Amino acid sequence: MSILNFFTRGRTSAPVARERLQVLLAHERALTGGADLAAVLKQEILEVIARHIPIDRDRVMVKLDRGDQVSTLEIDIEMPDAALTGGPAPARRRRTAQASRAAR
Amino acid sequence: MSNVVVVTSGKGGVGKTTSSASLGASLARAGSKVVVVDFDVGLRNLDLVMGAERRVVFDLVNVVQGDAKLPQALIRDKRLENLSLLPASQTRDKDALTEEGVGRVIDELRESFDWIICDSPAGIEKGATMAMRFADTAVVVTNPEVSSVRDSDRIIGMLDSKTCRAERGERLEKQLLLTRYDAGRAARGEMMTVEDVLEILAIPLLGIINESPDVLTASNVGCPITLHNPASAAARAYDDAARRLMGETVPLTTPRQEKQGFMARLFGRKAAA
Repeated sequence: MSILNFFTRGRTSAPVARERLQVLLAHERALTGGADLAAVLKQEILEVIARHIPIDRDRVMVKLDRGDQVSTLEIDIEMPDAALTGGPAPARRRRTAQASRAAR
Repeated sequence: MSNVVVVTSGKGGVGKTTSSASLGASLARAGSKVVVVDFDVGLRNLDLVMGAERRVVFDLVNVVQGDAKLPQALIRDKRLENLSLLPASQTRDKDALTEEGVGRVIDELRESFDWIICDSPAGIEKGATMAMRFADTAVVVTNPEVSSVRDSDRIIGMLDSKTCRAERGERLEKQLLLTRYDAGRAARGEMMTVEDVLEILAIPLLGIINESPDVLTASNVGCPITLHNPASAAARAYDDAARRLMGETVPLTTPRQEKQGFMARLFGRKAAA
């Protein structure tokens, strides 16, 4: 065994296994972590927008791209025309705000 | 206060069932009331490893679906009266498990057992997610081998996102049980070392079980190794791991290559056994 050891020294396989795993898992963790992050962002962004504007949840797209230097978060929301021309929801909010100011 | 432990790995064949049975028996021998639950619906094996394969009448799916009461399905171990087994169904598939049903069974088990050991199936599908869903603690069984370590990493990610504890923002303790380890090969650079695996997976170490022929002997006869051959190195390592699960501080003895005598070396491992 010791003679065999002498010849194979410096070419052992375990360090190769460790390095391959470290590279692979760094990549895979970023992928799965990123997918979850995009889902969480989408959910929370939707909630905020839905509080003010009636939107169709299927017409919202949240995309997270990870680059080496810069990552981009792309949010694409399709809004009905009625939402911006003063729907009932924002108007009611304005009244509540005025009412609370008056109370003070 | 009972403790729900999931024994999981992602990859198959790394020793989940062997470890579930051995840890369960160790905990029971230490005096706790223990139940080991097989979640591998369709491919049950815990009954065989624990030597209860001829005593299965009802199973987990029957209880989940309300066709049998829990006490009817529980099988009490013949060697240890405070050790029980809840077998999986052999004829159904994993979709027969519902989250609501499994949660109810776990709650009921909590009333009468200190330890509920959930033996997870391999993979990341329903059976595996149901086994980990209600866990308080996870034992991640890993072999020092690339595919096993990769799959364990994936499972650790799921434990952090898909369990009830994770969703409630609570801590779920995850510990590594390194099995089929060969310190000699690791020293020669032929196998990743304990340190290598710990560095990659970044979870605390519960124990190291050396590769040993005694483990197969125990499963051949259907008895957890901690009961069948308590003096063996593997059984002692499982006992130590069980004590760490119970919160004891047990120093980790670095496994060394088992010394073989001259005759054993001459005739190989089998002569030594």
